[in-house]
This record gives sequence, structure tokens and C-alpha cells, in this order.
Amino acid sequence: MNATLPRVLHGATGRPLSLAEHQATFAAPVRTSGLFEELEASGLTGRGGGAFPTSRKVSLLRNQRGHGKVVVVNAMEGEPEAHKDRTLLSTNPHLVLDGAEYLAAMIGAKTVAVCVPRDNQTVVHYLKRAIYERTLRTHKGPTFELHAAPWRYVAGEESALVHWLNDNESLPQYRASRTHVLRVGRGPALVDNAETCAHVALIGRFGAAWFREMGTATSPGSALVSLTGAVDRPKVLEVSLGTTLAAILDAGNADRRPQALLTGGYGGTWLAGNHLDVPYANETLGPVGAMVGTGVLVVLPRSGCGLLETKRVVDWMANESARQCGPCAFGLPALAEDLTHLLHARRDGPRVLARLIERCGVIEGRGACRHPDGVVRMVRSALSVFATDIERHAQGSMCEGAKADEHWVTVPSIVHEDELVWQ
Amino acid sequence: MAIKPKAGGFVLRVDPILCDGFGHCHELAPELVQIDEWGYPIIKGTPTPLSDADALESARFAVRGCPRQALRIERTPTSN
Ligand code: SF4
Ligand code: SF4
Repeated sequence: MNATLPRVLHGATGRPLSLAEHQATFAAPVRTSGLFEELEASGLTGRGGGAFPTSRKVSLLRNQRGHGKVVVVNAMEGEPEAHKDRTLLSTNPHLVLDGAEYLAAMIGAKTVAVCVPRDNQTVVHYLKRAIYERTLRTHKGPTFELHAAPWRYVAGEESALVHWLNDNESLPQYRASRTHVLRVGRGPALVDNAETCAHVALIGRFGAAWFREMGTATSPGSALVSLTGAVDRPKVLEVSLGTTLAAILDAGNADRRPQALLTGGYGGTWLAGNHLDVPYANETLGPVGAMVGTGVLVVLPRSGCGLLETKRVVDWMANESARQCGPCAFGLPALAEDLTHLLHARRDGPRVLARLIERCGVIEGRGACRHPDGVVRMVRSALSVFATDIERHAQGSMCEGAKADEHWVTVPSIVHEDELVWQ
Repeated sequence: MAIKPKAGGFVLRVDPILCDGFGHCHELAPELVQIDEWGYPIIKGTPTPLSDADALESARFAVRGCPRQALRIERTPTSN
């Protein structure tokens, strides 16, 4: 295979490839040794949001002793705007499973647990079939287990996922240190995003040098982008990392003169529309205050109201808090309340704005997981990107977009607290 | 004095899931723990030198006094 796009979405036919089709499409000798060295040389980073080097995670697990190691494929995709993992699993499920198999070989795991949200029965069904096809092979691989977890924003967080596998509860766990090894039962677990697994599968076949033919030196390879908002229709694009934002908007047929972009998802940041010449990669997005994150790009057109969208997202995120930690359970609704106050340009705007800024500082870093930090980051970026608009709201005049109540970010309806399913 | 001051420092850490927000820690170690508007502790993030015996003692009081056993003292190599 040469270095052209698409890579992980190669061979898309609108339905998942069967094992035989998959093997014909990605025909290449599969490496049996030196997998880890290739992975390390490829510089692949996790595509689930954290962008942590995959080989570092693998080597941490390789050095763990203990039986019953597990590879957990994370396809939970808690981001309402993200649909890349779903698309990938509906196109090349075997590529993801191949990658998981390689990872299992690297760390010496005998089990692979594939986790998908249970509200998406189509994907659950595709995976069931793919896993069944694998059991018919003569070649012995790891055992695949399919787990359909409840769909919650924080359910995809590593520790929540492992907690769910252990105790059937999608709640994040407190980890005293960042290098803490998660365990399923007594076995150390390697949790990797579905897209990451697909890249691992390709690296295992075509090698690190091939992988690096695309992307930048620090962020090699390609990545899936879920593009929504002011687009003709929401879509998933595979882009080479380092492509400019303008080129991505062009390729996706989106509004080319947007007011702003929401990058990285609900826990990501707003980026003003005048930064479209920035290459899409963490090292170049970072300096302008944006991020790749979960690969979400929401296009906000000039007619929209950034404050309104921010408020809607924070409302939903506050409701998705697992309500385990005080600063998250009480702090996020407080942020949402301040934003609502500002949005409707009620009296006392400047005081509420000051309180909002202060509360952001108070909440940051005080949850067991990063959920509140993501919200704070998003609110802060809104305060700077939409500073003039927010100032006007605070002074008591609503903008046109807010009056029109146009919505661009897709926010799911808020489920009543009592009906949130965690088990 | 015979006892020489210990090197390094410590920070107090809270497990936010266990913590119930009754705020005993704030009363026991006011110099290390503030309280937010919802009653949950905001813990001083920078290390306190171990040689500060008063602070260390109140940190120990807080750890022992926490009804949920959510607090822990963590040693750090530096004191600032
Ligand atoms: S920070 Fe929020 S979402 Fe995370 S564990 Fe605590 S309450 Fe749950
Ligand atoms: S004493 Fe313990 S439970 Fe009470 S607020 Fe402090 S840390 Fe939380």
C-alpha cells in the first residue's frame, strides 16, 4: 500500500468488510517479531484525546508482571459530536481487532475486551459478527470479548471503563498518581482507543517508515476528524496531521469563513476563525490555544452565538458529571448557571462574569478525573475567543445569534439525574 | 537542638470521590486547607517544608480527623 489517504478508512464500501475481504484489502505479510520496535519508531500517539505516545503505554504494561493481562479497546466515544470510532468500526472492524491482537502480543495478553456504547446496536452487531468470524480462524489469537457499556460522557475515561469491566459501574476512579496501572480483575490492563488500534494494525503491516510518510515529525501519521456544525452534512474525514484547518474545511465542504471552531470536543477549546492557516497537529494548535483532542471540529458560522453554544455544552456536561466529587458535582452546574445569566443579559452581568472567572479557577484540577478540567478549559477559551460578544451580553444586550436561538453544536437532550444509567 | 531539620516537604492530598465536604480538615488545618463555596476543601498545592512542625502536625490532625479517611500526606523531594 502506498502512502495515500485514506489509511484506516481504506477500502470503505459503506458496510463493514468481512474477514476475507479485509485480508484481501490489507494484504501484507504480518510481522511476528520486532512489532514493538516498529511501534516505538512510528511515534504513534493515542487518538482518543490524550495524545499520549502509544509505545510508552505499551512498554509500561510490558514491564508489568502478572497473569491475565488484558487489552481494552476503547470505542466508547463519549463525545456527542464525535463519530469517528463508530465510522471506523462500521468500515474496517477487523483492522481495529488486528491492532488489538498486535497489542496483546506485545504485552503478552490473552484477552481483548472491546468496549462499545450499548445505545448503538448497529455497531454492537457489526462487532459481534467480526468477532465470530475470528473464532473460525485456524490461527490462534487472543480471546475477544465484547462489552456493551452504557453511553455516558465519562464512561470512555480509562478508569471508568475499567471500573465498568470490573464492577459494572461506569464511574471514574481516583488515581493517586498518573502512572498508576489499571487492572481488570487482577490483570494489568492496556486501554487504547479504537482508532489507535487501527493505526497499530497498519504499522504492524507496513512499518514505521511508511507510517511516517504522512503527518509531521512530532505528530506522524493520519487521523480521523469528525467535522460538524456549519457543514453540508456531518462527516468523518481522514487527514494527514499537519494539514491546515482551511484545507480540512474545504475538503469537508464546510463554511470557509467561520466565526470560530470548537476543537477537540466538549472538553476542548474554541479557536477564533482567523486561525485557519494553522496546521492541524497538537504542536501547532497548542500555541494558538487549540487542540486535536478527540478529533472533533465543530464549525460555528458568523451568525451563531458562541456564548449560547458554550452554555448549551456546559449545561449538558454538568449533567454528565458522575457526581462523585464535590467540585465537579456542584461546580459545573454553577458555571452553567453563570453562563445562562450572561447569555440572557440579566442584570449584574459584570459581577457574574467575574464570579464565573473565579469559579473556573476554583474548580480546576479538583476532580478525580479530568471531566471538570475539560469544561473549565472550554469556558476559558470561550471567554477569550468571544470576549467582545460576552462583554456586550454582560452589559445587557444580547447578540443577534442569541436572540435567534440558532443551534450549531449538537447537544443531546439532558437526561434527568435519576434516569442516568451508570450500570 | 539535637534534631536537625528534615529535608524535603509534603503536600496534603484529598481523594475527591471519598470526600463528603463536611470541612473538618479546614478546621483542623486552616493553614493548609481552604473551603470553597460548596464546602469542599481546596488544598494548598505547593509543598510545605517538613521542618515546619506546626503545619505537619495540623496535617496529621486533619488526616486523622477526616471522617471519610480521604486525606493523605504525600512527601515531596523539594520544599517549595
Ligand atoms: S470529576 Fe466529576 S466526572 Fe470525574 S469522577 Fe469526579 S464527579 Fe465524576
Ligand atoms: S475532612 Fe475529609 S471528608 Fe471532610 S472535607 Fe476534609 S477531606 Fe473532605
